[in-house]
Amino acid sequence: MLLRHTTKDIKERSALTVNPAKTCQPIGAMYASLGIQGCLPHSHGSQGCYAYHRSALTRHYKEPVIAATSAFTEGASVFGGQANLLQAIDNIFTVYNPDVIAVHTTCLSETIGDDIPQIINKAKADGKIPDGKYVIHANTPSYVGSHITGFSSMTKAMVDYFSSSNGQRQKTINLIPGYVEPSDMAEIKRIAGEMGISSLMFPDTSRVLNGPMTGHYRMFPAGGSTIKDLESTGNSLGTIAMGRTASLAAARALDAKCKVPYEMIDLPIGLHATDIFVDSLRKMAGVNVPESLSLERGQLLDVIADMQQYFYGKRVALVGDPDQVLALTKFLVSIDMCPVYLVTGSAAGKKYQKALEEATNDVPHEVRIKVGGDMFLLHQWIKNQTVDLLIGNTYVKYIAKDEDIPFVRYGFPIFDRIGHSYFPSVGYRGGLRLVEKILDAILDRKDRDSTDINFELVL
Amino acid sequence: MSNIPILKERESQIFRKGKKPFDMTCGKHSLAGSVSQRACVFCGSRVVLYPIADALHLIHGPIGCAAYTWDIRGALSSGPELHRLSFSTDLREKDVIFGGEKKLHHALIELIHQYAPKAAFVYSTCIVGIIGDDVESVCRAVGEKTGIPVLPVHSEGFKGTKKDGYKAACEAMFSLVGKGDIADISPKSINILGEFNIGGEAWMIKSYYQRMGIEIVSVMTGDGRVNDIRRSHGAALNVVQCSGSMTHLAEKMKEVYGIPYIRVSYFGLEDTSQALYDVAAHFTDDPEILESAKELVRGEIQAIYAELQQIKQKVRGKKAAIYVGGAFKAFSLIKALRYLGIKVVLAGSQTGMQEDYQTLKEMCDEDTIILDDANSLELSKYVLEKKADLFIGGVKERPIAYKLGVGFCDHNHERKIPLAGYQGMLNFAREVFRTVSSPVWQFTPKYLSSTNSHHKHPPGPPSRGEFKGKLFQMRLP
Repeated sequence: MLLRHTTKDIKERSALTVNPAKTCQPIGAMYASLGIQGCLPHSHGSQGCYAYHRSALTRHYKEPVIAATSAFTEGASVFGGQANLLQAIDNIFTVYNPDVIAVHTTCLSETIGDDIPQIINKAKADGKIPDGKYVIHANTPSYVGSHITGFSSMTKAMVDYFSSSNGQRQKTINLIPGYVEPSDMAEIKRIAGEMGISSLMFPDTSRVLNGPMTGHYRMFPAGGSTIKDLESTGNSLGTIAMGRTASLAAARALDAKCKVPYEMIDLPIGLHATDIFVDSLRKMAGVNVPESLSLERGQLLDVIADMQQYFYGKRVALVGDPDQVLALTKFLVSIDMCPVYLVTGSAAGKKYQKALEEATNDVPHEVRIKVGGDMFLLHQWIKNQTVDLLIGNTYVKYIAKDEDIPFVRYGFPIFDRIGHSYFPSVGYRGGLRLVEKILDAILDRKDRDSTDINFELVL
Repeated sequence: MSNIPILKERESQIFRKGKKPFDMTCGKHSLAGSVSQRACVFCGSRVVLYPIADALHLIHGPIGCAAYTWDIRGALSSGPELHRLSFSTDLREKDVIFGGEKKLHHALIELIHQYAPKAAFVYSTCIVGIIGDDVESVCRAVGEKTGIPVLPVHSEGFKGTKKDGYKAACEAMFSLVGKGDIADISPKSINILGEFNIGGEAWMIKSYYQRMGIEIVSVMTGDGRVNDIRRSHGAALNVVQCSGSMTHLAEKMKEVYGIPYIRVSYFGLEDTSQALYDVAAHFTDDPEILESAKELVRGEIQAIYAELQQIKQKVRGKKAAIYVGGAFKAFSLIKALRYLGIKVVLAGSQTGMQEDYQTLKEMCDEDTIILDDANSLELSKYVLEKKADLFIGGVKERPIAYKLGVGFCDHNHERKIPLAGYQGMLNFAREVFRTVSSPVWQFTPKYLSSTNSHHKHPPGPPSRGEFKGKLFQMRLP
């Protein structure tokens, strides 16, 4: 009983987070930065921050994760970090020669009050930024928002720094995928490609954090949105932004800056959300949905129909990031499962809470929702009344083990399994993968718990 | 040789044995802009204290510091598991403006009330140092109110390196020492310091000493208990492993309680046996201790010798690169690898001291590369240049090694099996053998770098950041 210290009676906690379901802004900014080709993320703070972010991302992706740091000392904390950042910019371009340095701040540099744009301008004036190279930034104080906010701000920074419009609309569509896996980003692009649509995705971590083994260590892998692509996002026909908390800020900024209209949709998780995504693409680009996608859709639908008896009425607890939790909740409801406990670590506002409530309106159980909660609370709910399935990141395994509940790993971070880097959970195929994982968990349990008498071969 | 176009400041932190008189810089703060593998003060404190299983560990700061250190180090406990939960004051913007003392006070009272821990450690993070919360007085007040020791850990991230974090942890622990009853402690007793029970290593080491007839008063901090630490001043000797993290505490205990200490390592047959003999040598009035040590060493080695010999046959002549936190670990690794017939071609550490590197240099073969606070490009450059077959390091080094097609052993937080002691040496040998002889390497494009690589890639400008052999050439006489 690893979590034997979790108690059943629930008390309001105001000063305390126990077993967090979120982490701080900078790691999200770092992850987004890695989705720019040739970009070195830079943490403007003390050395520990970036070491932790790199370790966490490395554990999740099993890939080398690079970033640099301003390596604050006590002096920098008193006198400000300008000298550190200037020296860092100089060193980084000399040694590592990236195309872009994406600076994100930390609680330390924010509280000291370093003015990053001013420092970048000074670096420019001092000739420390070579021609054709860029330094961009996002403010990501750790005491505001969460890793999702950091991701969102850095994605928006890509628009602020790069997007421009030359007045000539291209037929291209911008895709802002949200805080999803490299495999998901690749799948979203593939679907657009399947429809014959030319798309620009940012950020794009596919082939950055799920690269092949080559016998080389490449500091800057082949993937990522190029500067050229980022610049031309301002000429696109429109933007499809997926996941409100992670992608809306960038979509709005692009609309304001370059008059590129956007459509804000849920993450394309599951059948219906993918339908909406495909439909948005269809309308925006004025194309037809190809047979190949109809086939994928039909296959997902077929599997759900085949296995519906095993989904029916299963009580599910779900914890994760807001965009994922909302889309997944809708998907679970649509396959007749009952998401009864919903927890996001990140705060996401009243509207979001309401969206979750609406999505679970017809669930025939008491549904508990906590936006901005933690895993301790989720565990307490479960201790009061258990569930048939748990969905969440690796840390949920403690609850799964203690309470002996089938468990599907989903979200960030996943430290103890592979797959998320390579197999998407978005699109029709991603839906198929989710359904497979859910069924595996439920049916493995059914087999395990069956007596010899009712142990069945055919399910 | 060509000039180094870059990071001249790093030059003095890289040394190639045999080329020039030894003069290496270390203990330096990392350069701004470097992609170093190092961490912060908080990290140092957290890893040292975290295995104390019946204490409350509350991280006073924004959520990240707690999230990233939630049960990441497999420090096993035979009893309570309170240390495996993550408690944070989750400071928000308004706390940063108005101060977090009240929140901290509430959180502590709530947690102590709920879990009745034996002590509480309160870790200060960067932000706490900047907004100036008086953590010390909050801790004192809560301590008085609850009757348990509530200890501030001064681990603000920017106030130095990981080493300073070790020191802050030692200071916090030291305030527990001397508070327990020592009446029934045997004169033949020790504390085990700097052993964190990763993969159950502390249990193994404890059993060796117990078999020698020595009482273990406390292990700091693997499978640690607050009450054991409180009585630790009753031990006759402190036996310090991983010298980087715990020497400060040993020094303080020597100063205040007159307890002598020795530095040991439990890695490899030679060092483990030496450790046991050194401890036995301290208790000369009981010759039986030395006798049982000898018997133990004989028995333990006998039990693993045959298999070790078999593995040696298979791994002899392989080459290893090692990059570890403290340099002391590197010494043991070099010896253990040499025992297996493996040559160390690169040795580096995050936090080594001048004298550590001097020792490293003396231990290593000609032409071995010695690195202080290396970055990932340097590591990959020398692994390829030296044609290493094996990389030994931590979490951030593993995927680099694999990308290069080189076997890997975790000798840090993520090892899953005990590598200490005799059985640990056998485990280590098995792991080395398994990884260097994995069939996967036959499919990997190994050592294509430098000249050959150009033929394998379509012509074009070199990719950014891909090591092409020029960027990092050293100026060498």
